[in-house]
Amino acid sequence: MTYLIEGETGTWEVVIGLEVHCQVISQSKLFSGSSTTYGAEPNSQVSLVDAAMPGMLPVINGACVEQAVKTGLGLRAKINKHSVFARKNYFYADLPQGYQISQYEQPIVGEGKLVLDMPDGSSREVGIERLHLEQDAGKSMHDQHPSKSLIDLNRSGVALMEIVSKPDLREPEEAGAYLRKLRSILRYLGTCDGNMEEGSMRCDVNVSVRPLGNDELRTRCEVKNVNSVRFVMQAIEAEARRQVDVYENGGEIVQETRLFDPAKGETRSMRSKENAHDYRYFPDPDLLPLEFDDAFVEKIRDALPELPDDKKSRFIADFGLTPYDASVLVVDQANADYFEAVADGRDGKIAANWVINNLFGALGKAGKSVGESPVSAENLGKLLDLLKEDVISGRIAKDVFEIMWETGGDPEAIVEEKGLKQVTDTGAIEAAVDAVIAANPDKVADVKGGKEKLLGWFTGQVMKSTQGKANPGMVNEILKKKILG
Amino acid sequence: MALDKTTVANIAVLARIDVEEDRMEALAGELSGILNWIEQLGEVNTDGVAPMTSVADLALAWREDKVTDGGYQDRVLANAPEQQDGCFTVPKVME
Amino acid sequence: MSELTKLTIGEARDGMAKGAFTAVELTQAHLTAMEKARALNAYITETPDLALSRAEASQVRIQSGKAGSMEGIPVGIKDLFCTEGVKTTAGSKILGDFVPPYESFVSRKLKDAGAVMLGKTNLDEFAMGSSNETSASGSCVSPWTRSGDDTKLVPGGSSGGSASAVAARIAMAATGTDTGGSIRQPAAFCGIVGLKPTYGRCSRWGIVAFASSLDQAGPMTRTVGDAAIMLRAMAGHDPMDSTSAPVEVPNFEAALTGDIRGLKIGLPKEYRPEGLDPEIAALWDRGAEMLRDAGAEVVEVSLPHTKYALATYYIIAPAEASSNLARYDGVRYGLRVDGNSLDDMYRKTRAAGFGEEVRRRILVGTYALSAGYYDAYYLKAQKVRALIAEDFKTAFKTVDAILTPTTPTAAFGLGEEVNDPVTMYLNDVFTVPTSLAGLPGLSVPVGLSSTGLPLGLQLVGRYFDEETVLNVGSVLEKAAGFSALPKGLEG
Repeated sequence: MTYLIEGETGTWEVVIGLEVHCQVISQSKLFSGSSTTYGAEPNSQVSLVDAAMPGMLPVINGACVEQAVKTGLGLRAKINKHSVFARKNYFYADLPQGYQISQYEQPIVGEGKLVLDMPDGSSREVGIERLHLEQDAGKSMHDQHPSKSLIDLNRSGVALMEIVSKPDLREPEEAGAYLRKLRSILRYLGTCDGNMEEGSMRCDVNVSVRPLGNDELRTRCEVKNVNSVRFVMQAIEAEARRQVDVYENGGEIVQETRLFDPAKGETRSMRSKENAHDYRYFPDPDLLPLEFDDAFVEKIRDALPELPDDKKSRFIADFGLTPYDASVLVVDQANADYFEAVADGRDGKIAANWVINNLFGALGKAGKSVGESPVSAENLGKLLDLLKEDVISGRIAKDVFEIMWETGGDPEAIVEEKGLKQVTDTGAIEAAVDAVIAANPDKVADVKGGKEKLLGWFTGQVMKSTQGKANPGMVNEILKKKILG
Repeated sequence: MALDKTTVANIAVLARIDVEEDRMEALAGELSGILNWIEQLGEVNTDGVAPMTSVADLALAWREDKVTDGGYQDRVLANAPEQQDGCFTVPKVME
Repeated sequence: MSELTKLTIGEARDGMAKGAFTAVELTQAHLTAMEKARALNAYITETPDLALSRAEASQVRIQSGKAGSMEGIPVGIKDLFCTEGVKTTAGSKILGDFVPPYESFVSRKLKDAGAVMLGKTNLDEFAMGSSNETSASGSCVSPWTRSGDDTKLVPGGSSGGSASAVAARIAMAATGTDTGGSIRQPAAFCGIVGLKPTYGRCSRWGIVAFASSLDQAGPMTRTVGDAAIMLRAMAGHDPMDSTSAPVEVPNFEAALTGDIRGLKIGLPKEYRPEGLDPEIAALWDRGAEMLRDAGAEVVEVSLPHTKYALATYYIIAPAEASSNLARYDGVRYGLRVDGNSLDDMYRKTRAAGFGEEVRRRILVGTYALSAGYYDAYYLKAQKVRALIAEDFKTAFKTVDAILTPTTPTAAFGLGEEVNDPVTMYLNDVFTVPTSLAGLPGLSVPVGLSSTGLPLGLQLVGRYFDEETVLNVGSVLEKAAGFSALPKGLEG
């Protein structure tokens, strides 16, 4: 199901590349000792270095280097033991130095790959071009004064990893899957919290279009700072459509920076970035090349957690899950851990069904994470045991789950207390069956006359009269015996 | 290399320095003079020579990840030409 | 002139220790002299009250036996070093009334060693110049004049105020910074000693940056011995400067044995181009003779890429400067000229705040880094720089130090060279190669020109071998016996 745009002149294909800026999880900034915490008083988490006071110099935070290497390993990318910080020169109110310290020709991480898990259960591989470390800028606020912008430098100098994909994406849906997968990996690694709303993960989208079947890469536009997965997908659709229209009306696409307006569902040119940029990159003479050895990389590699792709394969192999279920379960490490706790020593497929359909369903409705779930993995596991041991029926299990969700209680205690145990006593079931038969002589006659389908109705009646506690299999058997002989 | 006025004007924009129109011609001349003089570097054979970024023969030292700085809004803003609500202010930026 | 202002650091230290005079008296003598010498415009900001209170504190420490290595010594601090609570201008209008809320590493070390800051000395704007004429605070003047000629002369630059102050005895010593010759050239012009240490010897933290890969702070003093004392107080590893070297700071004073027997001194043949001023050539020969007489072996060496050093420097330094000076944008400190948009404000602020030479270098540097020209200019210059450094490395395989003239001429008159940038740049022809290679260079006053102006010779050493440079310098100093004084200070 390829995403294509049907234009007036033909069919168009979209070429998408993503540049994702990920805020590195660290205590202090990339080149200064001020704090990175979010939401402090303006300019209170600013050092003299961050404010670019005269004569101030950068000193690199080793933990940020480690985080970048860790992320590179998570993206199965080439780690460059020698990399170089360069200055990207441009003027902006929230860029105190007049340049951003970034990496240009020699980034810390080179080519890697990311596997997309598509909703239909298929996977697709996307190339990673590079990952480099750089400083974040400060924040400009434009709506607090009629004629002025206010500048807060708290974020200035916070470490970012810019992760650049190859132009391998062809559909908005793929771009969404890419972002979700990247976020999942970063969270597993603990290198970025992936929170797009707070801006700790920001996305620039490069979009170009070309007639289907054509291999050229046409001029692209960069849609800046799109701050949710949904908006990224919408921005791609809008921008691709715009470009097709421009070409089909005989126009040309100009390489430029654009902004996505979610309210209007369109992109527009960014006036403030109109000036032709010439960033004049050059190696930062205040810093020396960034170097480390194999032992440093190996130490980080040895401490890597099991990542989503590996976990997914293991879930499929060990628990017999479908690729789709496995990919749903591994997106979030806490979810995966929960599932594993439930599935431990039990039927993996049943555990997956319960976790995905019942638990995630309830969590989703309540807007809670698995960490906040009132139903613990241990209790859900016990519930599955009760089911398996025929202590309760499937229907009762759902009711018990509801009660567990409300009270956080232990399923065994709930079943005990509410008397929900499945009735497997033949005598009791026979009595209930007899009562139903006695009350419906005409239907009994119908069954005997050949309408065997009606047996199901009888089962329902018996279950009803036993408040669902009777073992449905036994009910069926006894009914057949009594009516049909 | 002789720089023309347009080139000089473009450089001035990149460097964010206003140059009076009537200074442009003279400035183009001065810059061209300097660049012409510099062009003697073209005579030097630098094939296979690695560019020298720093003379410091050191490994880049890493800092520990600790909060050791900041927390002094007053010092940061002490020299601000203009400020409001703990922020620096600039002419409004249209995005 | 008070006798106290004539003392060397070593003499003053001993005098205070013996109780011959107090730190306060020493500082007061300098403050008085400063007032009388204001015509030199050597100081941009004088800090007499601060100086006296620091001198009092010094006196207490001296009396309690806790004197530091620079205790009570009155010094000038180049106005490129940020000084906490004291206005710092970098010789530019763009810094406005900037008062740093921090102290540079080097000036803090000096303070910790007991040095008494008299004030902030004049300089070329952002240290870009060789005559101190680009200062927004006006030209500084040398205390020297040609024999029988009252023409005001430049003190050299960019550390012109420091050189002028030390020569005029209105500072016992001063800090300088050297990017392409800014300590050594003014030292030579003013008849004093100036040392640019190895790149990385002194921290750059808190020094207003000009060209990061070249800038280096150093002492400007009246004797080689004083330079040794002061460098020890200024130097040291600073974890806040990633290019600061984690090397031990030796006792430089102890290295001044005066014994250079068996040392090999190189004379680079490329430093004797056709048209070299015969007076300078003769001075150089005399200096070589002095070292030979002291038992050193003097040999010719070759530094084949010398010719290209200036052009290399005038790409690399402006390129780095164009980026380093981007922070002066009127947003967080310094001058702001209002504009109708952010960009308008930037352009007006920077046009009004930077002087002509600084603007020129920013534009050259911007161009050299711009798309399409980077390889031809900046990258090429970095490669030539590597060749220049390699030249020295080769030479130092056979020699222990290199002797050259410091400047191609004696000091010139105010306004004589300002019209042509390239002519002005030629002042640094003998000092720039050392800067590009990051090596230590010491200028020692060795003689007078026919017009009665000081001339200096430069000694260049291996990386972090200031000890040899200073020791050879002390021998040269002793042999030359340079004792001339600027007019008005004689006797």
